[in-house]
Amino acid sequence: MIWAIPIGAVAGLLAGMLGVGGGVLFVPGLVLLVGLTQHEAEATSLLAIIPVALVGTYRQDRYGNVRHADALLLGGLSVAGAAAGVVLANALSGTVLRDLFAAFMVIVAARLVRRALRRDEPTGETASQDNAPESTRATGPPV
Amino acid sequence: MVAERPLQRSGVLIAIGTLAGLFSGLFGVGGGTVIVPLLILWLGYDHRAATGTSLAAIIFIAAFGAATQAAYGNVRVLDGLLVGVPAIGGVLIGTWLQQRVHVRVISLMFAAVLVASAVELLLQ
Repeated sequence: MIWAIPIGAVAGLLAGMLGVGGGVLFVPGLVLLVGLTQHEAEATSLLAIIPVALVGTYRQDRYGNVRHADALLLGGLSVAGAAAGVVLANALSGTVLRDLFAAFMVIVAARLVRRALRRDEPTGETASQDNAPESTRATGPPV
Repeated sequence: MVAERPLQRSGVLIAIGTLAGLFSGLFGVGGGTVIVPLLILWLGYDHRAATGTSLAAIIFIAAFGAATQAAYGNVRVLDGLLVGVPAIGGVLIGTWLQQRVHVRVISLMFAAVLVASAVELLLQ
């Protein structure tokens, strides 16, 4: 239980820096450090993602990065898929689901490595901001 | 191959939403891994707009997924809050740091952590 807090803080930090979702660290953290089953960890991760996404959206919206109509459509249209995904997860055994998740983590890792090695972007996303209109530029954290 | 006509766009959004939902529900993640590249590839989004729009969609996706998981009795509410609330602080600091640190090195370190955790999971 005590591990839950550092898992959240570290996963959030990496998510904010790399633009990779927190869930990919929430789930293994909850299994390996808190001792939840794979199914419980995935379910709990989904709950933990909600406050993070809320705050992230609020901030991104201030920078003009959220296209509202598309986001609502995407979110609304995901209901069936999300329900089906959860039903599928619960139809699988914990072992199979865990192995699939491990494979997913390796794919995310491979993509990170490829991106890091291919692009010469020492300061992350700053470069792409040069083309953005003044009003949409990120100007540091709001107080 | 960017969809521009309204009907085509709607079809693409349905496809992305469904795929992201499936992925999110199956793995307990937000689905940004699916949404961000597809918004860029299929709808011509730039990276920032794709990230912002994906985050907003994830609020709904994660909520639907968590509600369905709750019906199975799998959600540990206290653990979820203990992870999710400190993560907000982490994200705020991380976003601020993103503009100021060498993301490449951190990406490689993060990749190493992911692979190590994957191995640990497989060995469990």
